[in-house]
Amino acid sequence: MRPPDQIRITTPHMGNLHLLLDDLFGRLGVEYIKPPRSSTKTLQLGIKHSPEFACLPLKINLGNFIQALEKGANTIAMAGGHGPCRFGYYGIVEERILRDLGYEFDFMMLEPFSDGAWAFYKSFASLSAGLSIRRLWKTLKVSFAKGRAFDQLRKRALMVRAYEKNRGHTSRALEEAEKLLAAAVTAAEIEAAARESLGLIESVDQEREREVLKVGIVGEFFLLLEPFSNFDLEELIGDMGVYLERCVWVTDWIAPHRDNKIFGFPKGLIEEKAAPFLSHNVGGEGRETIGSTVLFAERGFDGVIQLLPFGCMPENIATSILPKVQQKHDIPVLTLTFDEQTGRAGMVTRLEAFVDLLWARRRGRTVSTPPDALNREPVSPCHECKVKAV
Amino acid sequence: MKERRTGYLGIDVGSVSTNLVILDERASVLGAIYRRTQGQPIRAVQEGLKELTAVMADQDVEIRGVGATGSARHLTGVIVGADIVKNEITAHAVAASQVIPDVNTVLEIGGQDSKLIILRDGVVTDFAMNSVCAAGTGSFLDHQSTRLGIPIEEFGDYALRSDSPAHIAGRCSVFAESDMIHKQQVGARVEDIIYGLCHALARNYLNNLSKGKELLEPTVFQGGVAANAGMKRAFEAELGVEVVVPAYYHVMGAIGSAILALELDLEPGETSFKGFEVTDLNYETSTFICDGCSNTCEVVRIKVGGKTLARWGGRCGKWELQDGTVRKTKVKA
Repeated sequence: MRPPDQIRITTPHMGNLHLLLDDLFGRLGVEYIKPPRSSTKTLQLGIKHSPEFACLPLKINLGNFIQALEKGANTIAMAGGHGPCRFGYYGIVEERILRDLGYEFDFMMLEPFSDGAWAFYKSFASLSAGLSIRRLWKTLKVSFAKGRAFDQLRKRALMVRAYEKNRGHTSRALEEAEKLLAAAVTAAEIEAAARESLGLIESVDQEREREVLKVGIVGEFFLLLEPFSNFDLEELIGDMGVYLERCVWVTDWIAPHRDNKIFGFPKGLIEEKAAPFLSHNVGGEGRETIGSTVLFAERGFDGVIQLLPFGCMPENIATSILPKVQQKHDIPVLTLTFDEQTGRAGMVTRLEAFVDLLWARRRGRTVSTPPDALNREPVSPCHECKVKAV
Repeated sequence: MKERRTGYLGIDVGSVSTNLVILDERASVLGAIYRRTQGQPIRAVQEGLKELTAVMADQDVEIRGVGATGSARHLTGVIVGADIVKNEITAHAVAASQVIPDVNTVLEIGGQDSKLIILRDGVVTDFAMNSVCAAGTGSFLDHQSTRLGIPIEEFGDYALRSDSPAHIAGRCSVFAESDMIHKQQVGARVEDIIYGLCHALARNYLNNLSKGKELLEPTVFQGGVAANAGMKRAFEAELGVEVVVPAYYHVMGAIGSAILALELDLEPGETSFKGFEVTDLNYETSTFICDGCSNTCEVVRIKVGGKTLARWGGRCGKWELQDGTVRKTKVKA
């Protein structure tokens, strides 16, 4: 490893993970090279250099790394771990491909805390000169609190979007809210900024009396967390006037043995709900997908959408079990598989039909048109370029 | 003198075929057109409207509402001025319930995709649509008919003459094709191969789409592939139930979208329909790559007479433009 003052670290993109890492690396005094936002370019780079049969997240990760290395990163940090799914091998495969391509870099595999506290500490100590265990613990604690606050913002935005008066305003408010929270440093500041930023999302013009559908999103974590990989599905379906909740969040995923603070339901309970259908771990989020679907059904949600990358073994197991859950709990489930395709028309057709189906179930007849959520005036929700269309 | 009647236009522009129908206010078919899209949806709609005008020459119909569906539904909606734009799953379900009000299962196979729709008491309760597999669609049959040199229209008759279908692998069109060639080279009758192919397709369809779903009668089979009597026979053999092919099986999507337009219950003159004159307009489509960010989206622009009519295709929505002609929804209790 390079001496800490020469490290320019990078990580893959996954939803709002970069916001948490920006904070953490800042506190540790490490220079963080954020890869450019995942884009078609990222995907193309990933596809070009990945094994054809690898799953979609690996290809996007690899594209992120290549773009970050081109931007000047010299150290890659990647999560390790070992659920019985291919994710455990991602880091190893990605490192090899990048070395074969001739890139020079240090590679850091971050194994979970539960695999050994000492190794966990050592990884961070190599990034920051003189980092004591005590300081690492304090730093992680405050950074993580901020990470949870970031997750809370996105969670709230998913609910508010269904009621927004002007299309796109929730997404804009979320952007503002994340900027505000990012500037907070001390624990007290974070707490205050968390409240204030949440307030920004709440203050979006809403029509609370509007009748909305409630849909839960389950599935493989990367697909759920990274909007690029799922064609911004949450925004798309939220714009149809659907209240959304999702069962996996970045901070829940990093600390899975906690109580799923963002989703709000303990891991133990999710497993208990899955037990009648699937009583053991099948890797990835297979069991969580089943358990969370049951929870959504019990909470009276209108439907559930499952997302998975093509060829994902744990989710494929879940997919084959879901029809039983669907029958037993009388809740419609739509499974969407994602791969390298860039056309989203097929997904839009299925989502539209699913929303029709959910309205029909509520109304008791199929030939019914949903409320006028779609009549709202669109505004430009583009995040990067503020150019107004002509 | 011709009596002036009220009509509802439904247009279904799919990847392979473009279908248009006009229904009267009781949802009976006054005229129907089925033609190939041939990769040019706008032209297909314009030609289709011309053909429809010709078919309906002896009738005087005032169009009170227009519905568009199919994978080119948004494009079609802008071109003709649709009152409702709806996905093809809902449109097919609506049309099937019109023909057989207590229908429980709808099998639909089109050119590029196939759908299975489950209804209970007239309500869609579940659906599935194939996503990654070409082996379960009409395109594959089309391809095989070309390879065998037998017109697709005669496929059904060949299949009906078979009494022992050859076993053809149905999981993947590549396996199916190599299996068919093998059977043909060892001397199997072409009738048995074709009927075997129908069985493979039916099996593939059921394996892919019906996972865990209860397929109750009455069962309706629609979409272009329903023209193939061999497919109907194969489905009946695989499912062990009677399968009904409605009279207008090939234009059910269009019928569904016309019914949806009818249900809007518009007043005379309230429709956004631009009239049959749109057949004479010259629509120019062009695409450009937006360089606003690294997504480099391909944006499609449709112009008529130098004026931009619509634009779409970006991930972010900044290019989205539809000249207000498409009212996506109308509030109804």
